[in-house]
Amino acid sequence: MPYRKKNLFLRATVLQSIRNFFSLRGFLEVETPLRIPANAPEEFIDPLASENMFLQTSPEICMKRLLCRGYERIFQLSHCWRSDERGRRHVPEFTMLEWYRSNSDYRDLMQDCQDLLKWVAEACGAGNGIIYQGQSIDLCASADRITVSQAFLHYGGIDMQAAVADASFDEIMVTRIEPALAGNVPVILMDYPAEMAALARIKPEDARVAERFELYVGGLELANGFSELNDPREQLSRFVETNKKRQQAGSPALPLPSPFLEELSAMPPSAGIALGVDRLVMLLADAERIDDVVAFTPEEL
Amino acid sequence: MYSVADLKKGLKLTLDGDPYVVIAFDFTKPGKGQALYRTKMRNMINGTILDRTYRSGETFEPASLDEREMEFLYKEGTHYTFMDQQTYEQVLMEEETLGDARNFLLENLKVDVLIFGEKAIGVTLPNFVNLRVTQTEPWAKGDTSGNDSKPATVETGYVLRVPPFIEEGELITIDTRTGDYSTRVKG
Repeated sequence: MPYRKKNLFLRATVLQSIRNFFSLRGFLEVETPLRIPANAPEEFIDPLASENMFLQTSPEICMKRLLCRGYERIFQLSHCWRSDERGRRHVPEFTMLEWYRSNSDYRDLMQDCQDLLKWVAEACGAGNGIIYQGQSIDLCASADRITVSQAFLHYGGIDMQAAVADASFDEIMVTRIEPALAGNVPVILMDYPAEMAALARIKPEDARVAERFELYVGGLELANGFSELNDPREQLSRFVETNKKRQQAGSPALPLPSPFLEELSAMPPSAGIALGVDRLVMLLADAERIDDVVAFTPEEL
Repeated sequence: MYSVADLKKGLKLTLDGDPYVVIAFDFTKPGKGQALYRTKMRNMINGTILDRTYRSGETFEPASLDEREMEFLYKEGTHYTFMDQQTYEQVLMEEETLGDARNFLLENLKVDVLIFGEKAIGVTLPNFVNLRVTQTEPWAKGDTSGNDSKPATVETGYVLRVPPFIEEGELITIDTRTGDYSTRVKG
């Protein structure tokens, strides 16, 4: 079977196993509108306009409103759009898995990630390990947990706060830290600088960082999860701050998701996470490019 | 002016006054961070390879490169002289700038000379050139050593492997892209 066709079969198995994983654990599969009046504004994510609305950059706003309405465990597989993102690991329209759980924090999500990786690997016959771009990886192994601060000192040779202050954070992340996360077990990079977590709760014992983490496997960034901020006033001021930064950089300010802000005080302590499904398939297919795991690239349309 | 959106393999741009060609390119965006464009570029004059990371909004000067057909006239010391047959303009190129191309340059050969500003920075050869073998061991009939090739020197001084039946004085065709023997020119 041709390589890409084989990968689309694998993709279907991955989607099926994700649904099985969550339904067996009592998560409700939900579908929320893809076209919304406002996304959560992000400094570096540009939404695509659709008439007088936007295509979602993530299903987070609607899913968090469901948490506010008393849905306790939900998941969704949906398409998301982010303008101008095209590269070896990016297509502007991609598939996102998001799941949310109330009365939980980001540590519970870390465990979910581990359990999900193992589950999907076994469903795809990769329970004994995979080879990704020449590196053998045990998806069932317990993940290495490292704080962003440790990673910056250890691999970046610079203090995390100093990197935030001189705006070199992203470049060091890409050139020195991500390549160091391509080992033989999954890696959880946790406790991001407070400035880099627009919707996450600040860590109670250390106000400099937020309870946010990223899951890396084979150097691929797979998922971003955090303990949810549920203080509407704090959330509003962060959105305003984000829009200010956007405008300083010459990007347009974005409309704010008002109903979300109005309902946010009803959100129980919760945690939520977004995982790139295309990337997960890349990993299992040993694909160097995202092009190899989608039915159509934007250029083929 | 180029923007980061124009970056791709093969793009030629000017950096610190020198022409560079992009040889590897990757778009990255770490964890909700900014878009970063990682490139590997080769200096088209001295071959130095450079890693550079760019951010949205940065711009680049294109490299104004011109390619002109010229004839190789002669070599003097380490200088190679080429002439534009139309304008009779002559340009000089150093041996090290020419790199491996010098192995295949025979007087009167027509090549494409790459010009950056006023400076000749490289040549594109025809894919195949014919050169005469000036030195090689004779073919020992009944040779049982099992060697299916032997070294031969051609008139430019270049040494390559040729089949054992090639004799001194014969004309052979060489693939300039690989530097390998291609065929024997009959007659």
